[in-house]
Amino acid sequence: MTWLLANLDEVWQLTVSHVALSIPPIILGFVLSVPIGWIANRYRASRGTLLTLSGILYAVPSLPLFFMLPSLLGTKILDPINVVAGMTIYAIALMVRTAADALASVSSDVQLNATAVGFSAWRRFWTVDLPLSGPVLLAGLRVVSVSTVSLVTVGALLGVPSLGFLFINGYQVSNQPEIIVGIVLTVAIALVFDGLLVLAGRALMPWNRRVRVPRRARAAADTVGVS
Amino acid sequence: MNQWGAAFLWILDPAHLGGPSGILARLGEHVWYTLITLVIAVLIALPIGLAIGHTGKGRTVAVQVSGGLRSLPTLGVVTLLGLWFGIGLGAPLAAMVALALPPILAGAYSGVDAVERNTIDAARAVGMTGWQVLGKVELPLALPLIIGGIRSACLQVIATWTVAAILPLGGLGRFLYDALPLRDYPQMLAGSILVIALALVADGVFALVQKVVVPRGVLAGRVSEVRVKTARPHAAVSAEAGRP
Repeated sequence: MTWLLANLDEVWQLTVSHVALSIPPIILGFVLSVPIGWIANRYRASRGTLLTLSGILYAVPSLPLFFMLPSLLGTKILDPINVVAGMTIYAIALMVRTAADALASVSSDVQLNATAVGFSAWRRFWTVDLPLSGPVLLAGLRVVSVSTVSLVTVGALLGVPSLGFLFINGYQVSNQPEIIVGIVLTVAIALVFDGLLVLAGRALMPWNRRVRVPRRARAAADTVGVS
Repeated sequence: MNQWGAAFLWILDPAHLGGPSGILARLGEHVWYTLITLVIAVLIALPIGLAIGHTGKGRTVAVQVSGGLRSLPTLGVVTLLGLWFGIGLGAPLAAMVALALPPILAGAYSGVDAVERNTIDAARAVGMTGWQVLGKVELPLALPLIIGGIRSACLQVIATWTVAAILPLGGLGRFLYDALPLRDYPQMLAGSILVIALALVADGVFALVQKVVVPRGVLAGRVSEVRVKTARPHAAVSAEAGRP
């Protein structure tokens, strides 16, 4: 506690930059994976390839990925872009399967009804498919959010400031309180993000107070881990 | 792209292959650590997960514990335990096992949970005991998801042992940590390539196992994953017709 009070400024700055690094990948991951998931469902031939590809991306461990990105993107190794890009890749890898499953879980009867009363494909997607797959998408997004917030810490090893810096510095100078503060704050950010997502879900999907996620999608969301 | 050439030359350089800090030794350490972590985690999580799936009790607790463990930053846990327990394999191993539990647990209980209720009722109706239902019906049907959980755990364990190389234990992550202060980018890239290759090979092996363990009866009854939804004739026909 004394350590925290003495270093409040630095911890606050690291927290802010941690949050700033975490938000873009979560949003980008979501915005990019829904269309990819849609393509995977719409064109069945692409489904296997897209899902396998996202599976392979997901298999790549985070630290080596961060090290590899500078040479792929032409960025400097200290550039925060590396961490944002790496986390976005993860978010997409995690989210594409969920998005594909979510869109596939929309009952075909409902889709046919929408088409029958004259909805265009575009309008059906926005007003029928997307809202109905909302709960599953939200479940996937929550996993993405938690894992992003926790993985951003690894970026500190490359010198990109985040709460992960407290772990490395704390380890080097044998300062346990510093590491504990870092862990607690990281978990706290993850909890706040999760709470915000749940609230956003309630606001956007008021018809769905009790989230019922299909078993298959739920199983997929449950088994993913953070790497 | 020079850096990639340099990285591959680094990997192919015979001087980096052998010895106590060579590629083979580091790879051996990494694989060995990953295997013991997985074996211990499976021994703990699989029985608990099966019990949760079979009885239907404790699911909420398991989900919450898993979610909590998932939000823990691995780097923080590893460094903290390293400081607490000093140098040695025990502390990081315990941390790795704890972090590998959630996916295995989730694979086990959701695998059993996803077995059709009718199938279980049928098994009971022909007189199977609870243990027989678990061993002869639920376990085989849940096996692909169980292996899927272990697969996720394995990837996570490989990744986390890389990060854990910040402790003086070796593993492929050592190449990254050693090269970082020297700004030796070819070695960083080479180490990254090695870890990624290991992860992809492990993932491929599990993908194969996952395919092999699907019971033959399940495969026979399933035409394809995507068609299950439109099994009713009218829906199938009109789904094709209704597509813009």
